[in-house]
Amino acid sequence: MNAPQDKASFKPAYDVVGTRPVRPDGVEKVTGKAIYGTDHVAAGMLHGAILRSPHPHARIRSIDTRKAEALPGVKAVVTGADFPSLASLEVSLGEGSGNIAAISRNCMAHEKVLYDGHAVAAVAATSAVIAEEAAALIEVEYEVLPHVLTIDEALAPGAPVLHEDMFTKGLPEKPAEPSNAALCFTVGRGEPDAAIAAAHTVVSGRYSALAVHQGYIEPHACVASYNADGQVQVWASSQGAFMIRTLCASILGISQADIRVTPLEIGGGFGGKTKVYLEPVAIVLSRKSGRPVRLAMSRADVFRASGPAPGVVADITVGADADGTITGVVMEFKMLSGANPGNDTHSGAMSALAHYNVANCRVTGWDVLCNTAATAAYRAPGAPQTIFPVECCIDEIAQKLGLDPIDIRLKNAARPGDVGIMGMPAGEIGYAECLEAAKAHPHYSAPLGPNQGRGIAGGTWGNYGGPSTATVNLGEDGSVLVTTGSPDIGGSRAAMAMMAAETLEIAYEQVRVTIADTSSIGFSMLTGGSRTTFATGKAVILACEEIIATLRARAAVMWSIDVSQTEWRGGAVHCLSGDKAGTSLTMGQIAAKAGFSGGPIAAEVALNAQGFLPGFGVHICDTEVDPETGHVSVTRYTVVQDVGTAIHPDYVEGQMQGGAAQGIGWALNEGYVYDKAGRMDNPGFLDYRMPVCSDLPMIDTVMVEKPNPAHPFGVKGVGEVPIVPPLGAVANAVSRAIGLRVHDLPLTPDRVYAAMQGKS
Amino acid sequence: MGKMMISATINGDAQQFLCDPAATLLDALRDELGLTGSKEGCGSGDCGACTVVLDGQMVCSCLVLAAEAEGRKIATIEGVAEGSELHPVQRKFLEKGALQCGFCTPGFIVASKALLDHNPDPSEHEVRYWLAGNLCRCTGYDKIVRAVLDAAAELRQETTTQRVSA
Ligand code: FES
Ligand code: FES
Repeated sequence: MNAPQDKASFKPAYDVVGTRPVRPDGVEKVTGKAIYGTDHVAAGMLHGAILRSPHPHARIRSIDTRKAEALPGVKAVVTGADFPSLASLEVSLGEGSGNIAAISRNCMAHEKVLYDGHAVAAVAATSAVIAEEAAALIEVEYEVLPHVLTIDEALAPGAPVLHEDMFTKGLPEKPAEPSNAALCFTVGRGEPDAAIAAAHTVVSGRYSALAVHQGYIEPHACVASYNADGQVQVWASSQGAFMIRTLCASILGISQADIRVTPLEIGGGFGGKTKVYLEPVAIVLSRKSGRPVRLAMSRADVFRASGPAPGVVADITVGADADGTITGVVMEFKMLSGANPGNDTHSGAMSALAHYNVANCRVTGWDVLCNTAATAAYRAPGAPQTIFPVECCIDEIAQKLGLDPIDIRLKNAARPGDVGIMGMPAGEIGYAECLEAAKAHPHYSAPLGPNQGRGIAGGTWGNYGGPSTATVNLGEDGSVLVTTGSPDIGGSRAAMAMMAAETLEIAYEQVRVTIADTSSIGFSMLTGGSRTTFATGKAVILACEEIIATLRARAAVMWSIDVSQTEWRGGAVHCLSGDKAGTSLTMGQIAAKAGFSGGPIAAEVALNAQGFLPGFGVHICDTEVDPETGHVSVTRYTVVQDVGTAIHPDYVEGQMQGGAAQGIGWALNEGYVYDKAGRMDNPGFLDYRMPVCSDLPMIDTVMVEKPNPAHPFGVKGVGEVPIVPPLGAVANAVSRAIGLRVHDLPLTPDRVYAAMQGKS
Repeated sequence: MGKMMISATINGDAQQFLCDPAATLLDALRDELGLTGSKEGCGSGDCGACTVVLDGQMVCSCLVLAAEAEGRKIATIEGVAEGSELHPVQRKFLEKGALQCGFCTPGFIVASKALLDHNPDPSEHEVRYWLAGNLCRCTGYDKIVRAVLDAAAELRQETTTQRVSA
């Protein structure tokens, strides 16, 4: 399904953009040939294993590696002592050394372990079995420390502090004592308290959601090879080969030119593969053993030691006029960021109300640390947690005032030109169009059965642009080779080929796309922030435009005319004057003679893409609640999203459907559970229950295509928005199905059943 | 601990390989035979990325010992296409955009083919329950289910008419 008819006028006609060709890397991936993280083999490769802490918080008294080293087949054993100290990082890095030290210590603990699963030592051996056996022979003496797992525990007076040098940032004055609160951040405007006091209708509540994992099916894996001359190769699946290069170089004090990172195919990331965990360790093992080393996480390692998204507790009060105009919002939320300061508090605070035009508001976020795995980005990091309470409150106000839940959102929706909370006017944003499309969708007016309820929620994410490099080279036959440094996580090769073909006015199949290693192309920021099709795509388009200019210049030379007398049309240069007027030269004809007209035809564009726009979504969710058990099933689901221009609609819809499914999992099933000893209770797919095929209905999609004027084809970025609304949409659907609200996610059967029984 | 020598038929070819007695069939396929199309997502039977067909029966190869393959027939993702001709399930996955990262895809394709081999006309409900042992985190399953239903429809036509080359 597509956008409402009257919105079709947004979109100019394209030949390739908007079609659905087979992706260029498709056949490799359906035949099992594609090489992912654990598939790469280097000659003479050793296998690594990592010993992980069984304690959530402990001081490392000593590590005795002698028995492990003595085991036949063991070639290297490393601990935190093999990594540069904080003092030496301060010398080499200066200001950023604290952050780099935290990343380094998360890869390999130094003085303390901070969570169950924290790496304390690693082994490389001739087989994986020997490596595991050797890791088990390492003797670590711990001084077990008291730990904290929840926000209340972490902030309690006298609570054990994870980092003795951490003082809350963002407060008017530096606190006297260190604590587990890393940051306090407030945004707002107007007089929210007075507005709420004067409001016609006020709702409030405390909402919570648990930490959840990104849940990519491919565990982290890499191979590293350190040569005696100090040059390093790394093969890894990640969201950014350059990110790996930068971090490994900083952590280990190696020149970036000496680290060549080759991106392997990536089996999902969703933000969770924007960090290093294994790569620096594999490099150190390789340096010590003189051989390439593979490290791979087990699924339990992935859960225990790679980043979940933070859990949240949020207190919110919303006031509205009798007509549903939201007059004031006050929200204070606390993100549970795990063992190191997180990144979700700023983005969560700034996203919370970004889809509404609220005159009076104050949003305060706290970044709170505890003894669980250090969190990582997860699709629109911070936004699902803070928009969930907002969407629930708006629903309650609509119910109290007898308003349609879409109408109340339309009344308050942010529109182009509205000044946002940061004082900037909004660009060509499409939230109102999404709400209108949702209202017009047949799902919205379909009848509901017994025990069913329908929930609506909106949401937004800021998206990103940033630095990217692309090169375009012509083969001697005129075929087109596009090279980027942006890992393809869900079809971006296809999008790049399509944008190149559209620009050059040639067939999609004439373009092939390679994702190069870090020594073969200039820098690109990682694939994240929904930036790749926007920013790297822009670099590809501009490089193709340079190619066109070069081809016209070369044809002008061949025709002995001025370049102004040439025209680019239909993938060929046309001659407008002289004795060749009316004839044309194809790319192949020019490329074949390139040697005589100035050499190979190539273009490189490196840019910092500006002008990105936020995306918006509206989700409609029907749930049915089993009155006997409290089990919730999603019976129908529709995703409406402002996607800018959809380059390849299949992959845009796929992002919308996949994000919705993850959000449904967050709302209904998923969550990190710890036992009293601070060990993760559910580090496997059996007990950490992600949605499976039989849990879900088809997920209908409506792409509202309101182009971004700052991108040649109108791209906005689509990958992150769709995980934002589901938490509210599911919660609102359940609350309407059972006639009362459950404030805490996930909405597990026991919780919903207890609520229905009138228990807590 | 000595290695064992195992003889099995893999994708129609007689093969021999060495394995540790404790090695899984998945390890042997990937590490001994270089068939890395079968993936390890969990190692505990919960994700289906390692799905293969053992003597006609769909199994998680991470739950089968390599030694159990002795004398048996194994079909993996590498044997699904006939030469350079994709199986309709593979083709429909491509045409319908049923993969994003593609890591779950080999398992889904092997499982879907196994379904259609014994049930040529599954309902959406049957497809969803058959594939409930295969996790995909990227797609929300919608396009996967549609690809399998489309492949089933195409295969049914082909058996009633003549096999048309792709
Ligand atoms: S690896 Fe076998 S089921 Fe997950
Ligand atoms: S396509 Fe990524 S897990 Fe299925």
